Amino acid sequence: MRAAVIQFPGSNCDRDLAVAFDKVSGHNKQTQMVWHKESSLPQGLDVIGIPGGFSFGDYLRCGAIAARSPIMRSVVDFANKGGYVVGICNGFQVLTESGLLPGVLMRNAQLKFVCKDVSLKVETTDSIFTNEHKKGDIVTYPVAHHEGNYTADAETLKTLHGEDRVAYTYTNNPNGAMDDIAGILSENRRVLGMMPHPERLNDPELGGVDGSKLFESVAGSLVSA
Amino acid sequence: MKARIHVTLKNGVLDPQGAAVRHSLGALGFDGVEKVRQGKIIEMELTETDAGKAEEQVKAMCEKLLANTVIEDYAVEIL
Repeated sequence: MRAAVIQFPGSNCDRDLAVAFDKVSGHNKQTQMVWHKESSLPQGLDVIGIPGGFSFGDYLRCGAIAARSPIMRSVVDFANKGGYVVGICNGFQVLTESGLLPGVLMRNAQLKFVCKDVSLKVETTDSIFTNEHKKGDIVTYPVAHHEGNYTADAETLKTLHGEDRVAYTYTNNPNGAMDDIAGILSENRRVLGMMPHPERLNDPELGGVDGSKLFESVAGSLVSA
Repeated sequence: MKARIHVTLKNGVLDPQGAAVRHSLGALGFDGVEKVRQGKIIEMELTETDAGKAEEQVKAMCEKLLANTVIEDYAVEIL
């Protein structure tokens, strides 16, 4: 599996995400780091990670400036051609701002930065990110965000539910997100955006391995690549 | 030519920051504030000298970057 992680000024989960991909990518397939000013992606990629952090200082709106950076045009092309993309935390915000995922992440309803482990329910197994789970599995991932309050109009929410595109929900909503939504999939199910951080609970040294399953699912699905 | 852009949350979109400001005003004794909505103002100087063209340009900027039209409305003033 060949993975790349996009780096913006202010990204701070980029290397954690690369380590998580490296662990499942197999021998000599090191994750490639791609700077936001690049206009093209490395050849032969299977999956791209958009990391957490505070790209461009969260100026204007979270993820807004990053979503218009040169590399994101290539990421959007990659996704539109059926490439796999996962955006975590600020990465999720970048994906909604770039139009790859619907809706928007607004300021947390209680106006506080929330930084803690949360329980999530796996709502669908129909994606390469969740197919090693059973529907309804409960996993624990950390969250750390000020803008994780998923908001979309009623029609969008209906579509997401109707097409089984809600990937994860919170069991105890920490930010006011509509319908407890923690992560969603694109229409072709190949782009995942989520606020919680699987890459931060991916090694016993970090206190747990719940996050590993997402990366193992991806690697298992892309094993021939 | 100068432009001033007002970006505000659409009606119906919950504005927790506005609500927090309203509570704080109440705590300071400013009674009778029923609703507060918070937004932002962006000012820019343009080389364009035709007001119509300037407005067109700024509207395109709003659609592409300055506002997230999923949740925000914008209004453009050419000064």
